[in-house]
Amino acid sequence: MTRVGFTRLFIILLAVGLLELLCRLGVIPSFTLIPPSAMAQSLWTILASGKFTPDIVTTLTNVGIAIATAMIAGIALGTLLQSWPAARRVLDPLFATYYAVPMYAFYPLLIVIFGLGDLPQVAIGFLLAVMAVIINTLNGLDRVPPVLLKAARVHRLGPLAAALRVRLPYAAPYVFTGFKLAVAYSFIGVIGAEFITSSRGIGYEISFAYNNFDNGVMYAMILFILLLVITVNMTLHVWEKRLLARRRRA
Amino acid sequence: MRWRDPLFLVVILFVIWELLYLAVGDVALRSPVATGKSLGAMLGDARFLPHVRETLLAFVQGFAIAVVVGLLIGVPLGAARFAGEVAEPILVALYSIPKVTLYPVILLVFGIGMPAKVAFGAIHGIVPISIFAMNAVRNINPTHLRTARVMRLSTSSFALKILIPAALPEIVTGVRVGFSLALIGTLLGEMFGSQRGLGHLLMQAMSLHNIERILALTLLLVAFAAGVNALLLALDRHLHRALP
Repeated sequence: MTRVGFTRLFIILLAVGLLELLCRLGVIPSFTLIPPSAMAQSLWTILASGKFTPDIVTTLTNVGIAIATAMIAGIALGTLLQSWPAARRVLDPLFATYYAVPMYAFYPLLIVIFGLGDLPQVAIGFLLAVMAVIINTLNGLDRVPPVLLKAARVHRLGPLAAALRVRLPYAAPYVFTGFKLAVAYSFIGVIGAEFITSSRGIGYEISFAYNNFDNGVMYAMILFILLLVITVNMTLHVWEKRLLARRRRA
Repeated sequence: MRWRDPLFLVVILFVIWELLYLAVGDVALRSPVATGKSLGAMLGDARFLPHVRETLLAFVQGFAIAVVVGLLIGVPLGAARFAGEVAEPILVALYSIPKVTLYPVILLVFGIGMPAKVAFGAIHGIVPISIFAMNAVRNINPTHLRTARVMRLSTSSFALKILIPAALPEIVTGVRVGFSLALIGTLLGEMFGSQRGLGHLLMQAMSLHNIERILALTLLLVAFAAGVNALLLALDRHLHRALP
């Protein structure tokens, strides 16, 4: 391991150890925070009991649907807009403002429209994720070298064939950046929405445990989400770095 | 004619809204005109203004804390390369977690009320501001740093003549992102554990199935966020052009 990685690991372990010590010594009262070891133990018990497996499956399914729909819609819209400059110019202020808008403000409206099922949560995840895919698809398509486009024309590829066989493959690493962001935003959107109001899911269980002063369950589920999301994001981060490095070498 | 495109966009969005309303009807939506009217009526209502003040107060405090703490974390990390490399993945991980899950912890520490909302707004804003500030300082042209050393600039003139002009554009971008996230954080805080503020009103309107209110509040929040973002974006672009 590099010196940087080692120092990072050391700092994280030190922080967790300090938290453990402060909780064990009673500096932090147990109704505020339980020791990290107790969280891990509680999480283990919960996962082994299978009590929250349906919630975990629900949340992961909804996140998956949000990511998939955002990717499909985002790539399609990005490709369309790249070949339609007038529309893109008009929409440009929307791109710049999109993430400034508090997306959760639309959640009550979505609940009224879709009812209290899984759809409003998926919709929030989708809405947060889709713009990142569009912006990164555009960014990648803008960088396709003219010579490749000329080659596509020489081979008499139609617009769809050129997009699928030349432009999008070239833009793939940038689209991957969009995918990475879509994953992070979908988790944030779906779990956040579950947390505000819903009838199932991990976010709902955390909020339910909080309202019942059930710190064991609450901290176990918070730990679960943090570990899950950080593992997924870090894996994608490393993968993305490798993709971009390979493209630079080629 | 730079203002024409945004104006056109706003018109298109309102047309889509109106068409959507015509499609689904009064069950789930109100027309833009009706929403504008109910927003006007709401703003004229004396009982409504304390909620606006509450949200603004929480947001401004949270945002101010986010800017100060974000810069205090980001600038030193950008100056010290090793510390920056150690911290960067940790900051990126913190940025991408659903911070809403941490809200119960904030509530247990601060209790329900103003401090919890402020803290929640602040933790949403701190991370992006520190990431941008770190990169801004890290990417200062090394030639400028060496020139400053050769000219034996004092600390204060180094800050005024090198550090601020070089890092400011990126820092403003970070502050713009932090602004949006701190607003989301404040609203989320109000939606979940609060008896006052716009977030609370939204949740109340949702449970009462008061579509008029939901739409009016959403319109107000979107207009506020988009308006301030447009100003910050103009400043951002101006700085990026003026101080390349």
